[in-house]
This record gives sequence, structure tokens and C-alpha cells, in this order.
Amino acid sequence: MIAIPSLLGISVILFTVLALAPGDPFEELATNPAIPPEVRLQLRASLGMDDPIYIRYFRWLFAMLQGEWGFSFVSRINVDQLILQRLPTTLIVIGSSQILALAIALPVGVLAATRPYSIFDQVVNTLAFVGFSLPTFFTGLLFIMFFSIWLGWLPFVYNTNITATGWQWWWEHIRQSIMPVLVLGLFQGAAWTRFVRSAVLDVIRLDHVTTARAKGLPESRVTIRHVVRNALIPVVTLVALQMPIVFGGAIVTEQIFRVPGIGSLLITAILANDTPVIMAVTFVFACLVIFFNLLADIIYGWLDPRISYR
Amino acid sequence: MREDDLRQMIGRVKRGSLSRRGFVTRMVALGMTAPMATQLLAIAGAGSAQAQAGSIPAYTPTRRGGGGALRILYWQASTLLNPHFAVGTTNQESSRVFYEPLAGWATDGTLVPILAAEIPSIENGGLREDGRAVTWKLKRGVKWHDGQDFTADDVVFTWEYARNPANATTTSGSYRDVNVVKVDSHTVRVEFERPTPFWADAFVASAGCIIPQHLFSGFVGATARDAPTNLRPVGTGPYRFVSFAPGDNLIGALNPTYHGENRPYFDTIEVKGGGDAVSAARAVLQTGDFDYAWNLQVEDELLVRLEAANRGRVNIVDGGNIEFVQLNVTDPNREVDGERSHISTQHPAFRDPAVRQAMALLIDRNALQQFIYGRGGPATANFLNNPPRFNSTNLRHEFNVQRANEILDAAGWVRGRDGVRAKDGVRLSFVYQTSVNAPRQRTQAIYRQAAQRAGINLDLKSVTASVFFSADVANPDTFPKFYADMQMYTTTMPQADPQRFMNQYVSWEVSQRANNWQGRNIVRWRNEEYDNIFRQAENELDPVKRAEMFIRLNDLIVGSNHIIPLVKRPLVSASLRNLRPVLSAWDNTHWLLSDWFREG
Repeated sequence: MIAIPSLLGISVILFTVLALAPGDPFEELATNPAIPPEVRLQLRASLGMDDPIYIRYFRWLFAMLQGEWGFSFVSRINVDQLILQRLPTTLIVIGSSQILALAIALPVGVLAATRPYSIFDQVVNTLAFVGFSLPTFFTGLLFIMFFSIWLGWLPFVYNTNITATGWQWWWEHIRQSIMPVLVLGLFQGAAWTRFVRSAVLDVIRLDHVTTARAKGLPESRVTIRHVVRNALIPVVTLVALQMPIVFGGAIVTEQIFRVPGIGSLLITAILANDTPVIMAVTFVFACLVIFFNLLADIIYGWLDPRISYR
Repeated sequence: MREDDLRQMIGRVKRGSLSRRGFVTRMVALGMTAPMATQLLAIAGAGSAQAQAGSIPAYTPTRRGGGGALRILYWQASTLLNPHFAVGTTNQESSRVFYEPLAGWATDGTLVPILAAEIPSIENGGLREDGRAVTWKLKRGVKWHDGQDFTADDVVFTWEYARNPANATTTSGSYRDVNVVKVDSHTVRVEFERPTPFWADAFVASAGCIIPQHLFSGFVGATARDAPTNLRPVGTGPYRFVSFAPGDNLIGALNPTYHGENRPYFDTIEVKGGGDAVSAARAVLQTGDFDYAWNLQVEDELLVRLEAANRGRVNIVDGGNIEFVQLNVTDPNREVDGERSHISTQHPAFRDPAVRQAMALLIDRNALQQFIYGRGGPATANFLNNPPRFNSTNLRHEFNVQRANEILDAAGWVRGRDGVRAKDGVRLSFVYQTSVNAPRQRTQAIYRQAAQRAGINLDLKSVTASVFFSADVANPDTFPKFYADMQMYTTTMPQADPQRFMNQYVSWEVSQRANNWQGRNIVRWRNEEYDNIFRQAENELDPVKRAEMFIRLNDLIVGSNHIIPLVKRPLVSASLRNLRPVLSAWDNTHWLLSDWFREG
């Protein structure tokens, strides 16, 4: 129930900040001598950009409530269409990077925690530190230099229109996704590994684990049933809060590899001062954050029945 | 060169003792734009402005298609495909893949007929001698991609569509002051209210793309945005629409009914957008993944290194864009009626011509070219700069700290204890602003260093580009407000005619609150002689006189030293070695895609 007022609050803040930000979408016309200034003023007026902020906000809000997302000032296309167009690529690339991150973080983190301060743990820790200390724009460029330019193995321009069919099509898609997925997945995975490790370490010393071992349960069963299940609760929170990013895209990585995801849509809209697009994308983010928070709460209940409402 | 000399030269062209090309080359050397020179010949009745052999490279393929895929990389991504809604070059370029104008500009400034059967001239009856009308004959047998015939109705409709304020087109400036009449099914007449020396604006080049009446007529006014054709264009161009993802990529396929013989060469075309200029350069020059990359504003040093891979080459097309410094005429630190840099004030230091002259002597343009811009910024002394062989007889640029010191000493500006010169309480300490951009910040640093040696202090200020170049009335840091002593940026000359370029210094264009800082005269310089000459040039039909006027205007404004031209900014692009792109400084990159081909 608290969701609706917070969404309203978010929309007011977003709208005001955008309205106060400098610049307008027709900037490029301002420096073009072939276009008289009246043309630009007329364009602004035709898009209702000269009205006071509150009028523009309410106009946007009512349209939004009726499911009208508005249209981009720059491309004059409906915003929902723009977002839907980019959703599949975003889901595939960012989604698989998150899966990769989880696939690394869970087993590695748990293994490292069950053997604390062993050689394996030390190596994992070092690599994890290296992983999340390197920003994605740096690893991205490094990968491009190494795999695309030096070795010439992988393309570094993402192509959404692959004409090949069958296995070839799949192969091409996988080939061009390897680098962005690796860059994002390794970065995220490194951070999560650290987190999973400390969460498991916290649980592994608790009394019920000792009890389970004392009962003579096999070590694997102790780890999976009694340790990991309890350790997962904070991990779920973290992962759930990261989920909106799957839809939101990764602005920097998308820019480097020219992946036409929602992140690159947002950044070009921001650079062009395309208010309706920025509003819609950020608003969708806000909704997703709230939705996944709710989802996390529900998963808690399943993982630990004590938490759920009765 | 005086008017008489020009007349004699035109006479020689008419008699045949001087070739048209020779004439144009000479005019260009005198600082006249090549398009001006050819239009000058056209109106003077010496041959038409029509492109001759050699204006565009020879097209050798002997059959249509078979060239495979053409892959073009833009680091800005296009977002819509209606040429009349295009905000900025990127969208013009992608619309131009499908739509065509009646004629386009070749880089030597001649007109190339595209949908026109011929370029209007006085001989062929296309141009009226009083300069009030131009008649275009259209090519016959041209079909839209959906099979309908292209006729004069489409041209007239394009005019109605573009000038309709309810459509909010970005090209309306080219259409609202003209009247277009259909003469017959393949002839239209463009009529002007006043004698118009530069007649090739409506229906020419990027603003002139003709749109199909049968698909757009239902979408005028409030519904203009809903036209499906805005995203699925149906044009007359060499490539047909296949798919488009806004902000990402655009795919086209060969148009089998294209009106150009043996054209186009490529079977498909892809225009991919997004990313950054450096990696775009790499994708062509280093890995060869793409055939062509547009507008590479990358340090020349890097381009030279990438070119060493020998996969591709860098194309440099010289145009009229120029990076220059403005010295404020008004006082940015005094408020009059709540407005700074008010037109009634005078800049306390720059009102002294000696200070301005010294400022012009303190910027080392050769160093800018050598160490910052490379091939992307040849040094220049002129504001109205045109094709490559520009060589002014009147103006020269010089870097001379010693002379600047002498001039300031003679004018009575004495160094204070801090080394900064002053006179009557006015210190030579200026705020020098520009946008955030690495080469600009380096230029600022070079300027500051030299100025210091002449006892002038420059406080450097850099403003984010999206703020600096915005027209936001509420923001004090935009370039039209000019709340600083000096500023630097590039002004573009997208049109082949200097009239809309040189209006940047007429008194009625002064940027001020009264016009919401929309005026084009940012430096706020006012000069009666300049105004008079400009007004005459607007209606001067005698091209010889008009050309001389524009040269004089350039000399007046540059001679005032209120503006200091630094370097020209040609368009830099990269293409694979075997690709033969046809590029032009006066038109879009895609202006003649039909003639692009691959060799070997």
C-alpha cells in the first residue's frame, strides 16, 4: 500500500529535476544557421514545452494513468514502443550476465566459506577483489583490445539484425554476446561471491549447524539444507534489488559494445533532453524496484517460514 | 579582385578562353564558396550550375547490384526517418538513404540533378532573369518504392507539408517564404517574393527531400506524428526500406526500379548507430568490420596510427565550419535592466582596438593545427572559409607576442605589480569560456600561456556542452547569452550560400533578452557598413557584385578583431580502402549513396 504514494513521490521528483535541468531536445537546431529560431520556438510550443512545470506534470500524470506513455520528442515515436523494442536484447544480454554472476557466486562463495582461509578461499578472495575493483568500462575496453583487435576472435559491435539461420544464427548471437555478458557477469559475480561467502560464514557457526553435524548428517546435506538455505536470505535481498537492473540495462557496457538496450536508450534520451523517454524509463525502474522488493519479501517467507505473515 | 576583373573573367568563360572549372578554382582561391561561384556563372548566363564531368567521381560498375552489403557506422544513432522532422544530421542522413531531393550539392559546389531532369539555368529557361522564380523539370519514369509514379503533385505536397506550422517540421524555414506552383505533371515553379539570388534552397539537399503525397496526405497537422511512413519510409532512393530500430540500426535493400542506370551497386545497406567515435574509427580502420564511419572527431594522432594498419583511409572533406573566438562587444559584468552583456554597454577593455588587435596576435593557430587538430583543423585567418584552396589576399594570421606587447605599450596599457596590464582602472583580465571538449581546453591553455606573456590574464571556464549549446533562457552559461569576456566554439555552415552564415553579424540579429537570446549575432557587434552591404547582398541579383559584397563582409568582421578565426573544421570520416564513397561538404554524407561502390 505504501507503494502508490512512493511512486507518486518519485514521479514528482523526477519530473521536477528534469524540468529544472538545462537544455532542450532541439539544441542542435540552435546552432544550425539554416534553421530560423522561430522554427525551434514553434517546435517547443507544439510539444507543450513552454507551459509551466505543474501543468506539464499533471498532463503527463493523467496520460500515464490512462496508459498513455507519451511520445519521444526526438523520434516522435510512442515511448512504450521504444522500450518494448529494446526489452528483448536487454533481457538476453543483462539477464544472462546476471545468471552467469549467480552461477559463479553461489558455488564459489559457498565453497570458499566452508573452507575459510584455505588456499582456495584466498585465491577466490583475491580474484573477487580484482573483479569488483575493475570498472566495467575498463574491462570492456581491455576485452575489446584483446579479443577483437589483437586476436580478432569476437566482434565488438553488437548486431541485432543477424541474417543467418539455424545454428549459425545462434552461434553469431552467442559470439557477439560473450564479451558484454562476461564483462557484466564477472563484475557482478565478484561482488556477489564476497557477499555469499560472508553470509554462509555467518550461518556455518550457528548452533543448529553444529547440531546437524552432531546428528551425523553427511557434510553435503548439512551445507545445502541447513547452511545455504539460511544464508540465502540476505543474498535474496541483494539479488532481488539488482533485478530491476536486468530490465534497466547497463549504461556503460551497452555504450561500449553498442548493445541497443534500455540503458543506451536512457543515456541517449538524457543527452538529448528527451523528457518523456527519461520519465518513462526511470519510472519503469522505480516500479520494478518496488515490485522486486515485494517479490523478495515473498521469497523470504518461503525460505524461512518464520518471517511470513500468518 | 574588383568587380571589373570578375566581369572580365566571366566574359572569358563565355567566350570559351577560360574553362568553367578554371573560373571556379580562381573564385575559390579568392574566398568565394564554390557553390556561389557556379551560381554566379549560372545567373550571369555562362553555363549552368549543373555539375560537369569531374564534379563527382566516375561510376564504373556496369550492372545493378552484386556488391554485397554496405555497412555504415554512425556513433550517433538515428531516431526517426522523416526528413522533415529530422533534428540534426544523423536523422537527415538516415532519411536520405530512402528519400531524394530534386538536386544535391557536389563538393565542388555544383548542383547534381537527382529527381530533377536538369538544373535550371537562364539558357534552359529554368531561371527567370529577375530572380523571382525558378522552374524545375522533373525526371520522368521515377517510381516510389511502392510502385506509384513520382509527379509534380508530390513536390507541391512536400512544400505544403513542410511549411504547415501544424506539422512542426524542422525544414519549414526553407519553404514558408516561397510559393510553389504546379506547371504540368512533371514541372513545378518556385516563386519568390523578392528577387532571390540563392534560389537553390527549397527542394535541394537535406531540407529538400520529396515525400510521397499518397502516403502523407492523410497525416497532416495533429496526426502528422502518426504517419506509419515516419518509421517505414517509402521514397524514391536507391535502397528500399527493410527494417528500422530507432537508436540502433537501419536496414535497406537494393531498389530494383531505381531511376539511375546500373545503380545502386550494393545489395543491402546497414546503418548502425551508437557508441563512440574512437571505437567507430577502430571498427573501420583496424578490424574492417564496417565499410564507413562518419564524423570521426578523434585526435588526428590516433587516426594516423590506425590508418597504419592499411585497411582503410581517412577522408577529409573541407567545408565552411569554423572554430573561432569572440571578443564581447558589450560589458558582461554590468547589468542593465537585469540583463548582462546588454547592447547599450561597451566592453571596458575590448572597446580599445589595440587590445583586440593584441588578442588576435596572441593565438598560435599553427600550433593548434600542428599539436591539437591535425588534419581536422587547418589554421585560417578568415571567417567565411570555403573549399580547400582558400587563400585570402586581404587577411593573414600571425602569432607575435612581441608585437602584441608593443601595441599594448603604445596604447597606454601598463603592467601592474602582478604583471597584468591596466589602464584607467581597467585590468586586462578576461573570462574565457567554451564547452567541455578536450581540444578546446587545450586551445584555452595555449591561448592563456601566450596572453600571459603579453600581460593579459585569461580565466578559463568550461561549460558542459549540453548546457553551453542549449537555448535555455533560464541558464546564464549558454553561448547565446555570452556572459563572459570571450568565448570559443565552432559555427557551422550547412548551406552552400553564405547569406545565412554571414547574418551572424548584422545589427538586427543581436542576441538579447528582447528576442529571448535567439538572435544570431552573439558577439553583439554592430556596424552600419556591414548592415548596408548585407541588405544589398540579400537582393543583389548581379552575382559578381554579390560575391564581392560577401568578401567585403568577411574582411569587415574579421578586421574588427571582435572575432578571431582559429581553425577550419572539415568533416573527417573513415572508409575501407576499396570503398568509393561520394562525399560532399555542402550536402549529407548519404547525398549520393546511389554512386557508392567497391573497387576490385
